[in-house]
Amino acid sequence: MGGSASRLPREVLGEYQELTFLSKQEILLAYKRFSELLPEGEKENARSVRIPKSRILTLPELRANPFKHRICRVFSTSEDGDDSMSFEDFLDMLSVFSDSATSEIKSHYAFRIFDFDENGALDREDLENLVNCLTGQSEESRLSSAEMEQLIQNILEESDIDKDGTINLSEFQHVISRSPDFASSFRIVL
Amino acid sequence: MGKKKKCALAVIMEDAGIEIDGQVESDTESEEDEAKEKTPKRKPRREAVRPNRLKREKQQKDKEEDESKEEDNGPRQNRASKRKKHQRKNSDGKKTEEGVSHKRERDKKAPNKEQKDSENKEKKTNKEKGKERENKEKKERKNSTPSTTSSSSDEESLSEEELAMLMEQVEQKKKLISTMRNKPWRMVKKLSMLREAQAFVEKFEGALGKGKGKKLYAYKIMMAKKWVKFKRDFANFKTQCIPWEMKIKEVESHFGSSVASYFIFLRWMYGVNLVLFGLIFGLVIIPEVLMGMPYGSMPRKTVPRAEQATAMDFSVLWDFEGYIKYSALFYGYYNNQRTIGWLKYRLPMAYFMVGISIFGYSLMVVIRSMARNANESTGEGDDENFTFSWKMFTSWDYLIGNPETADNKFASITTSFKESIVDEQESNKDENIHLRRFLRVLANVLIICCLCGSGYLIYFVVKRSQTFSKMQNIGWYERNEVEIVMSLLGMFCPPLFETIAALENYHPRIGLKWQLGRIFALFLGNLYTFLLALMDDVNEKLAEEDVLRNITHWTLLNHYNSSVGNGSTATPPPLDPADVPRGPCWETTVGIEFVRLTVSDILVTYVTILVGDFIRACFVRFVNYCWCWDLEAGFPSYAEFDISGNVLGLVFNQGMIWMGTFYAPGLVGINVLRLLTSMYFQCWAVMSSNVPHERVFKASKSNNFYMGLLLLILFLSLLPVAYTIMSLPPSFDCGPFSGKKRMYEVIQETIELDFPLFVAKIFSYVANPGLIIPAVLLMVLAIYYLNAVSEAYQRANAELKKKMQMLREEEKNKRNNKATTNSAMQDLEDLFKPSMKSESHPKHVEDKKTEPPNKTSPVGKQGKAAAEDGSPINSRRGAVLTPPLRMLVTQPPTPGIRAPYPGQPRPGAYPEGPVPWRGRGQPRYPHAAP
Repeated sequence: MGGSASRLPREVLGEYQELTFLSKQEILLAYKRFSELLPEGEKENARSVRIPKSRILTLPELRANPFKHRICRVFSTSEDGDDSMSFEDFLDMLSVFSDSATSEIKSHYAFRIFDFDENGALDREDLENLVNCLTGQSEESRLSSAEMEQLIQNILEESDIDKDGTINLSEFQHVISRSPDFASSFRIVL
Repeated sequence: MGKKKKCALAVIMEDAGIEIDGQVESDTESEEDEAKEKTPKRKPRREAVRPNRLKREKQQKDKEEDESKEEDNGPRQNRASKRKKHQRKNSDGKKTEEGVSHKRERDKKAPNKEQKDSENKEKKTNKEKGKERENKEKKERKNSTPSTTSSSSDEESLSEEELAMLMEQVEQKKKLISTMRNKPWRMVKKLSMLREAQAFVEKFEGALGKGKGKKLYAYKIMMAKKWVKFKRDFANFKTQCIPWEMKIKEVESHFGSSVASYFIFLRWMYGVNLVLFGLIFGLVIIPEVLMGMPYGSMPRKTVPRAEQATAMDFSVLWDFEGYIKYSALFYGYYNNQRTIGWLKYRLPMAYFMVGISIFGYSLMVVIRSMARNANESTGEGDDENFTFSWKMFTSWDYLIGNPETADNKFASITTSFKESIVDEQESNKDENIHLRRFLRVLANVLIICCLCGSGYLIYFVVKRSQTFSKMQNIGWYERNEVEIVMSLLGMFCPPLFETIAALENYHPRIGLKWQLGRIFALFLGNLYTFLLALMDDVNEKLAEEDVLRNITHWTLLNHYNSSVGNGSTATPPPLDPADVPRGPCWETTVGIEFVRLTVSDILVTYVTILVGDFIRACFVRFVNYCWCWDLEAGFPSYAEFDISGNVLGLVFNQGMIWMGTFYAPGLVGINVLRLLTSMYFQCWAVMSSNVPHERVFKASKSNNFYMGLLLLILFLSLLPVAYTIMSLPPSFDCGPFSGKKRMYEVIQETIELDFPLFVAKIFSYVANPGLIIPAVLLMVLAIYYLNAVSEAYQRANAELKKKMQMLREEEKNKRNNKATTNSAMQDLEDLFKPSMKSESHPKHVEDKKTEPPNKTSPVGKQGKAAAEDGSPINSRRGAVLTPPLRMLVTQPPTPGIRAPYPGQPRPGAYPEGPVPWRGRGQPRYPHAAP
């Protein structure tokens, strides 16, 4: 552990601590886990290498998550859209999902994760996608189209305050801020 | 880009700085010479010079940093450009795509860049001003007139202004640094912003101090930095000290947050018990062992002659008799000497105070963590407005990392969706209410019968054990009958309750609450019957003691008389402490009962886990290969982790510890061991032989529920202890309070003997009922007042909520009316809506998608221009740019959504107020029926 972890320079570590909600140990652990995902040759420069999405998704923390593709997409800074992640992206993700992150930033990223077509609002298609993600892959657990319609209708009725047929960020955050267990469930711990 | 400009500027500045520098040195020297003069004219210059020097130093650093940054960026850009080259080799179509993405990125970056530019500009202006000032000074110096004439006053006002501005800016930057982590930005951007801000702060912070206060200011800043660093290090250290983080995390990822909440609770309990253990061992047991009279020196510390033969047998020790009974683990061992050892340690006093402080500390900790939990859950969840949205947006537990658990979670979410839809539709469908009502009454009657039966059984058994204890040779079963019966009841009653509860057909969540309440009642009933029976026992022992006291007295008297009567000149050989007849020492008896109960509870728990979970899992796993039916899916299957049962077990165990500790100080040690082992054992058992819950409950609100139970138990266990301390006489020949009428007299004694007189006086005044009753009255009044205030707040809250709802309704009505009344307006709106959106949307998106600008390579600029007339929809993430188009295509025009409900503000299917999904809906059926 010490070998790879100690390679993170101190001042960088300090900056990461300043910029994320993670503690020193967590950052070091993240670094270790991240460099474990790399092939042998590239372990030295783990801070500058990107890891392809397929490898990121082998992490047990993300493996079972229905939103894993969205999470990769939202946190990736890759320019060519392959959702690969650099170490800093990885830290960004862990910081948002960490215990001490504020509810605002959590809900902000939750919104972006749920916004499947990335148009800045949750519309019916997004909600449908979301429901399908939550009900799993198997056919029998899917909701029927009538149920789906009803469900989405109800959700819009509840949270679409300005009645434009979509849920925008502030509406979303309004709903989430009242939820008793959002902050405790929107967590990923390495 | 801005960076290059900055660098150039820095170079210029540096030159200027160097030029000044030589003069600055001499200047300060001359200043020191002239210090007595303190001409107001010089002051501003001094201020102006210092920042410059600082600036220069910082500038150098800054430059270095910039260079390093550039180096950092170097490989990145290289890579990026490589990638681009690679891409360019690909098809043309991809090229356009790339171009589009560039364009998108540039668009995203636009506001960001602007922001930065403006910041840079700010800086620039600042720097330029600084430069001007420098130049001015240069000129001044070149003129070499130390007493500057005209410009000085001008300069002063300028620098004052600037200082204020600088101060403000530095404060802003500092604020930015401290809140940076709250910004939803990319790391790269955050990093660059942080470095910039830090450099800025460092550069200008030194300029803020004034004259003599400057050194102090610098020192203060340094200390503040050190303090921040120390705090961070300390926080890191603290998180490192939390034990079992990985273990719990593993459980969390397999079973979700609810099972993990049990283990977190267990860990918390362990922490509390460690503190209690430290108190007792450090202040009571160790002093007694080190400084008290050794074993065998007096009757209470010696095994009686009759028991000595068997005192070391394991069977005896196992029952906590023999040597263990006469050890420091129990109350009876302690001596009533006022002070022990050379430290003059007041052991009886310490014993009493520790006994009280254990309760005090526990109460404080429990209430504090309850308050913290309550603070955290500000949402309070009683808002029924968002049932569906919450189910949708917050039901996934992101901690789940196990595919099996994930499948269960999928299933439970689906059922909850379906349930809530069905509930919504048929909330007023009535079944056979009479049958259900009858069944519920029946179930409750059955359960009350069970509770009474178990209570009677325990009473009976305890009574019987008292008769057993008077007999001589009795078997193992007779000795441990009480514990066995209590453990068995605890084992078999909960499943029985569950079976009976199936009659009631409640919603599972409500069902769980009922179940918990019933188990709680069972345990509590059992505990209190046990206590009552024990009380009988104690009273008997007290009567016995009176008789024995005389006998002991007479024996001792006779012994000495006889030796005197013999007329021997030597002092009589003292009576061996083992031979002195002694009282029953009810305190130790009570202590032994509690220790036994605890130990048997531990054993039963572990055996249950081993047999009920592990053996069963092994059986199901391995016998499944050669069995008629599928064992894993069918009847025995694997066990689930019973959260509520385990939590209740833990809570009751803790109650027993609290009650017993006063009479058996070693009990806490046993409990610490128990918690430690059960952490490892249960973690192992859960991971090896349990399956995730079918219904995965959330842990959010349960934490305070556990704490509430704990508080209740703490209070209930405080009562008997307080009763015994205040109103039962302690045994006459054992324990630290022997010889006193009541245990609490030890305090009066200490105050009278050890404190000056006036303390005793004050104490007697304070203890005066005339003072206590008004104090209690005052507290009651305060509680009443606070209660009234909180009620008023609640009402105001409800009022506000109603207002908000009304506003919402109003708006909805307006829109509905619009949608139906004038269709022409609607058409117009249809036309207008998308265009309005197209204006508002991209801005919104860009706000969120700000990406660091230093990723643009100059290569992309041409491509961007080329791509701008290409269709942007091709790009995968091109949707960000195209919301107006999308809106037109995919989104139904807004009023159309309202179309199914024309005219009516709210159709019947959407009731206001609480949404009657099944949990709330069903218990109300009886009221709803005519």
